[in-house]
Amino acid sequence: MRKPVWEGSNRMPLLKVNNIVSGYGSTEVLHGVSMYVDQDEIVTIIGPNGAGKSTLFKTIMGYLIPGAGNILFSEEDVTKLKPNKKVERGIAYVPQLENIFPSLTVQENLEMGGYSKDSKKVREGIEYAYSVFPALKEKKNKKAGTLSGGQRQMLGMSRALMTEPSLILIDEPSAGLDPKATEAVFDQIKNLHKEGVGIIIIEQDAYRSLNISDRGYVLAMGQNQFDDSADKILNNDQIREAYLGG
Amino acid sequence: MLTIRNLQKNFGGLRALDRVSLEVEGDSIVGLIGPNGSGKTTLFNVVSGFYEKDGGEIYFKGERIDGLAPDEIAKKGLCRTFQVCKAPEKLTVLENMMLAAKSQAGENPLSALFRRRRVSMLEKANLDRAMDLLEVLQLVDSRNEYAGNLSGGQKKLLSLGRVFMLDPDLILLDEPTAGVNLTLTMDLLKVIRELQKKESKTFFIIEHSMKVISDICDKVFVLNFGEKMAEGTPEEIQQDEQVLKAYLRGA
Repeated sequence: MRKPVWEGSNRMPLLKVNNIVSGYGSTEVLHGVSMYVDQDEIVTIIGPNGAGKSTLFKTIMGYLIPGAGNILFSEEDVTKLKPNKKVERGIAYVPQLENIFPSLTVQENLEMGGYSKDSKKVREGIEYAYSVFPALKEKKNKKAGTLSGGQRQMLGMSRALMTEPSLILIDEPSAGLDPKATEAVFDQIKNLHKEGVGIIIIEQDAYRSLNISDRGYVLAMGQNQFDDSADKILNNDQIREAYLGG
Repeated sequence: MLTIRNLQKNFGGLRALDRVSLEVEGDSIVGLIGPNGSGKTTLFNVVSGFYEKDGGEIYFKGERIDGLAPDEIAKKGLCRTFQVCKAPEKLTVLENMMLAAKSQAGENPLSALFRRRRVSMLEKANLDRAMDLLEVLQLVDSRNEYAGNLSGGQKKLLSLGRVFMLDPDLILLDEPTAGVNLTLTMDLLKVIRELQKKESKTFFIIEHSMKVISDICDKVFVLNFGEKMAEGTPEEIQQDEQVLKAYLRGA
């Protein structure tokens, strides 16, 4: 297993989640989940449907406030910060669904994504998004609600990147994408990785995701079940049988 | 089972479906693939009556169905799932399943009053089927949970369960495996294959995973820019130069 950079030194990982308890109203979904991600690291979270993977993301982002445990980002306690404050500090989030504004045009969606940035940065960000996903450029003046499911996914991802985050949480990047767009999304993830952005991915196409990841976590029933280097997870027969389709 | 002739659908100046013709034979599993935005979901929306067509004809079991409302089409035995689940959120998982069941003798006030035994037997049969399906979909433990509390992937599974409860002859599935755990995907494919074999159901499936397509489809249609680009067995499609270029390359 790749030794965490912070181990044995005073430096902390980019994000550290300690024993988080979280859920919706009286329904507790996460019963003490811990994980970390370093800058320049890609981490994949896998697990059955309903394990609490998306809930973990919502808690890291501040949409849900944990009942116990804490979240450290860039060495600061951000456990109770609101989502907008977390975005300002450099965390971006691409939800599974409803990740765009349907009544705005594609271009307006991207502009909204860069709301906190100056106009030059916004222009550059938009050009970058169009170069990665030419399909978005073709539709830049169309309402985002007219996009196909896969195109929405591309827009959601591009919109999140407009804030130039240092950590990005991506929930199911390939769901609904055709093979070419999936390739484009994963190429983009690899580029972000090269630029030193920390990345956490929830993905059911776990082979593809683990293949580009440094480490992986298996969540089940709201608890950590297993974690190891991505290679070792891919070669673990029990994990393959239970979660990777054999 | 399903015959589509010269189907057209425009959104403003955009030709979402450009004279698409295709045939889904009964008792088979047919795939529909194509790049994002090529018109796959639009085709499903028109066939199931959610969108009005702008031209062409649709026949289901030999009968014209274009122009009919979605519920009328569903009653004829053609049902669909959505990319994004639309199950009532304030009902529990089990209630959702029971609500979807086809035979609801108790809804008729006379039989509810005078044929109680029959009604309760039917209800019992529906309940058994619902529990069997929930078992397969790994939702049994969540049966008393509100549908709104399910995870994204579980909602998808519930929508599959609901459509199976309806017991239609032709089932249109819009990306059934996107966001579903790989091991569960394999189980789902088994269920689809079993339903097809045992109950002679016909499936028409939008899917991006060529692995899934090769695994279960007898035949595949490829859409590109609203036009039918190719059709054939999964093997033929994967060797079609045009399809490789428009869709698969990079996979």
